[in-house]
Amino acid sequence: MKNLLSVQEQLQSGKRKVTDICEEYLQTIKETNSEVNAFVSVDDEDVRKQATNIQQKIDAGTAGKLAGMVIGVKDVICEKGKKVTCASHILHNFESVYDATVIKKLKNEDAILIGRTNMDEFAMGSSTENTIYGPSKNPANSDFVVGGSSGGSAAAVAANMCDTSLGSDTGGSIRQPASYCGVVGLKPTYSRVSRYGLVAYASSFDCIGPFSKNVTDAAILLEHLAGDDPMDNSSSAKPVENYSEAVAESSGKLKIGVPKEYFGEGLDDEIRQGIEDRLKELEKDGAELVPVTLPHMKYGIATYYILATAEASSNLARYDGIRYGHRADFEKIEEELSLERKELKKAAGTSTALEAADIDSPLIRLYKKSRTEGFGTEVKRRIILGTYVLSAGYYDAYYGKAQKVRRLIKQDFLDAFQQVDVIVSPTAPTTAFKLGENQDDPLQMYLNDVYTISANLAGICGISVPAGTHSNGLPYGVQFMGNTFHEVDILRAAKQFESLQS
Amino acid sequence: MSVTKDDVQYVANLARLQLTDEEAENFKEDMNDILGYIDQLNELDTEDVEPLEHVTEITASKFREDEAKEPISHDDALKNAPDADSDYFRVPRVIE
Repeated sequence: MKNLLSVQEQLQSGKRKVTDICEEYLQTIKETNSEVNAFVSVDDEDVRKQATNIQQKIDAGTAGKLAGMVIGVKDVICEKGKKVTCASHILHNFESVYDATVIKKLKNEDAILIGRTNMDEFAMGSSTENTIYGPSKNPANSDFVVGGSSGGSAAAVAANMCDTSLGSDTGGSIRQPASYCGVVGLKPTYSRVSRYGLVAYASSFDCIGPFSKNVTDAAILLEHLAGDDPMDNSSSAKPVENYSEAVAESSGKLKIGVPKEYFGEGLDDEIRQGIEDRLKELEKDGAELVPVTLPHMKYGIATYYILATAEASSNLARYDGIRYGHRADFEKIEEELSLERKELKKAAGTSTALEAADIDSPLIRLYKKSRTEGFGTEVKRRIILGTYVLSAGYYDAYYGKAQKVRRLIKQDFLDAFQQVDVIVSPTAPTTAFKLGENQDDPLQMYLNDVYTISANLAGICGISVPAGTHSNGLPYGVQFMGNTFHEVDILRAAKQFESLQS
Repeated sequence: MSVTKDDVQYVANLARLQLTDEEAENFKEDMNDILGYIDQLNELDTEDVEPLEHVTEITASKFREDEAKEPISHDDALKNAPDADSDYFRVPRVIE
């Protein structure tokens, strides 16, 4: 299988050049991006410059460890001098003045950053339809979504527009699109990868992670993304393990937990059968399957949509039209306010009544108008829900309650990992759904994350690996979850699963 | 406990958002759906459960030396401002 190691062999021997690899990818993007809409911006000249520079280093024998890897970047991760829009109108003109820590690390190791990928606005969504750039379309069938929120990054890898890509996973936003598009997607343990330069959605959940065509590339890329960072105080100081070496070794006898809660009602029959068949093969291969139970799994979505929206309402308060981003037209606001005052005066009759009436100051109205014009519907919905659950009188009933249930969910996993190395589940209950199908029903859309969301609540790691193709022609994935900082275990399980298919 | 359109407009104001009547009506329905779904958490007795505030249970902040470091430059800080002069962000008059 083609991975970075085989590419680097060819580069070393001079059989291939990075410049040629980049030209091929640029050509593929040119041919297929109008259909798939995975990339929102690609600067050909900049890519060629990077490639020439790195080819010189390869020739001189001074190239970094990721030389030869071509990477797409979700439009939520800051790259200096590049537009970072989060697929939102409110940031449509924002240009980053610094590199995210992960970008700095990739540049230091001579990876090529080929372009910015499509996503759900501020990473809120499960389909990459909530975006100012128009939806991405599934490379396997363009009537279907790519999943989300990192849908562009998943589709870019699936459509062979790059080797790997970066996404972010807050409730399943890497693993679910990986499943829908038939690629590998890994969500690391919370705090394993620095969040500095990742535009915040829900900070106690947000994780940057890789998409790739194979498990080996995911391991290699993760090794270079992970690590302590003085710029992110929540990043872990634990030493980073050698993931690429770990996946190259045989995984020995893996103990795989099979939670009945993840194979029950709501799961597509064919996906269940497909995964169960594969698990039997793993068993023959030496793995031990152990029934486990995660009794609070069914409360995951409810817990998540309290905590994540609460955090979002706070994080997105920064978009006020003052320091960056979209600002509403102030002349129009002044006209609007003067009209409102006049009408109030007419209705109230006296000036005292007018003074008592609640009318926005010009600055407050500027905030409101800028935000109202800048955010899309789903973002507004989540800000309002988050503000509501945090508001006086409801805090304990919602936010406080959810924080307690979050502990119960985490405890389920801690108990299960006493018995097993990894836990297996489907990544999503179905294959990709049709474009537009869930647009009018937010709750239905949220339910797509039912199998991925618990890992975010518990802070543990998870990986989605392609598990097969459904009779409807669309791919689906299997998820391996591991305890905190047990990326080696899930990578080994994924690698073993992957080798069943070839 | 059901959310009214007025509740939605009240919260929208707190969140510095403006909603048309139609949007408020739609959000009211969505919120009641979602909060209705969320209600299932009340099946659980969490009386004796400690709230989980940080998933990796960081007990102490990491400290660093208190050294001055180069911040982003003044020009960079103002670069994305919708309205600024050479020194400051410009905002509507606040004090009459």
